[in-house]
Amino acid sequence: MKAFLSIIKIRFNLLLQYRVAAIAGIFTQFFFGMVFVMVLYGFYDSTSSPMPINYFSAVTYIWISQGMLGMLPWNGDREIQSLIRTGDVTYELIRPMNLYNYWLARAFALRTAPTLLRSIPLFTVALLLPKDYGMSFPPNILAFLAWIVTSFGALLISCTITNIINITTLYSISGDGIQRLLSAIVTLFSGMVVPLPLFPDKMKEVLNYLPFSGLVDIPARFFTGDLPFNHLITYSGFQLLWALILYLLGKGILSRKIKDLIVQGG
Amino acid sequence: MDSVKLYLKYLKLNIESQLQYKASFIMMSMGHFLITFIEFLGLWVLFERFGQIKGFIFEEAALFYGIVHIAFSIAEGWTRGFDIFPNLVRMGDFDRILLRPRTTILQVLGNDIQMMRVGRLLQGFLVLIWSIYKLKIDWTLVKTLLLLGSILGGNFLFSGLIVLQATLSFWSVQSLEIVNSFTYGGVQAAQYPISIYKSWFRKILIYFIPLATVNYFPAINILGKIDLLNYPTWLGWISPFIGFAFFIISLFIWRIGVRHYTSTGT
Repeated sequence: MKAFLSIIKIRFNLLLQYRVAAIAGIFTQFFFGMVFVMVLYGFYDSTSSPMPINYFSAVTYIWISQGMLGMLPWNGDREIQSLIRTGDVTYELIRPMNLYNYWLARAFALRTAPTLLRSIPLFTVALLLPKDYGMSFPPNILAFLAWIVTSFGALLISCTITNIINITTLYSISGDGIQRLLSAIVTLFSGMVVPLPLFPDKMKEVLNYLPFSGLVDIPARFFTGDLPFNHLITYSGFQLLWALILYLLGKGILSRKIKDLIVQGG
Repeated sequence: MDSVKLYLKYLKLNIESQLQYKASFIMMSMGHFLITFIEFLGLWVLFERFGQIKGFIFEEAALFYGIVHIAFSIAEGWTRGFDIFPNLVRMGDFDRILLRPRTTILQVLGNDIQMMRVGRLLQGFLVLIWSIYKLKIDWTLVKTLLLLGSILGGNFLFSGLIVLQATLSFWSVQSLEIVNSFTYGGVQAAQYPISIYKSWFRKILIYFIPLATVNYFPAINILGKIDLLNYPTWLGWISPFIGFAFFIISLFIWRIGVRHYTSTGT
């Protein structure tokens, strides 16, 4: 356990170094968030029928999702994937620790450090914007706490999915196609593009039970107070259950694959 | 004329080399198709929930969507060399290009021409045709010309943005996401008729990055809608020229960048 903690710490500190990339990222996410908010404004302005969530909650939802973008499992660990492509992954097998857990520890750092760098400035700006397009504060301290707890749950789901992406590279060397498809699915079904409450009711019945809703939708709805605090146990239990399933799934595929691994020589 | 011949040669080589890996080419194109389809699903979700946006129904918005995605996919394909230009600078390969007795623009363009974008192109076409069919638009020669002009203008505008993005790498070798947000964010924003946006945001899209000019004004003419913003209808006809002018200006800025270039020395 100690080894894994120190891996997380080392990678975390390393990833904190990419500050210019973070600034560029903040700008991009701010622009995208603004476009989404503008579109939502147009839609809410053209209807008078009641919506599953009100406009201000939807806007806050958008900003939360943009801020937490770095935590979405939209890609794999580039270094691991390049190790697999070059065949250097053999060195990883020699290390005296569990390969899956080692990669998971790296995923932890990958999903937290850049997100922290980007989200704090982004949230600050979004909170300062005029009320029509800005983010609102959570209604009470409990909503904020529930957001923190469920964000951690989202992190667990995200890291286990990231690791599955890493592992799929072992199956198809380029891995690019699957990864892009997966990232498109993750962004849409997590509520990143369109808040999940706005989806057609029939689709919601399915989407609410997929792991992707645990990534963006659940934390964002706790933040806006759309989900009451007393549901916290149920929803974080849901997240933990999915994280466990994905953990076991990833671990299973990896140990199976490692047995008949053929390394590209060179 | 000699340059045209050379460009065609580059084109032929690029197509041949990409078709060497047929299976991978087909997979990647299909992947691209599915990804853009998922984006379209996001649009559908919003219209399913809200019904319409400021007087535009889903089928009408699909026309805007189709035009933008066709224009962008063409631009992405033929200016791919500029898109990956930062790599050339980082590796010092741009020095080689400077030594050859041809313009840098031609060589960078010829460096990579992506055929894979055919996935997005196809999807854009399908959406466009579906929208025209559903709306029962009386198709005339005038409308064909407007449509072609709009796609061409949009293509040159996006190409210009990609060239500008590449030009930035003369000043910083760090990969810059900032302009990326103008291209991808621009696609996002121009997917909808700009009349839905707030006036200040709309003005950015008309005067600063003239995305709206290449897409909104011609599309309004094609739809036979009365412009809600009281801009004259003939604007639809000059839009391709605005896109082209933007492209020429960005090539000039590129030239300035080339003169400013100092090798990384690796």
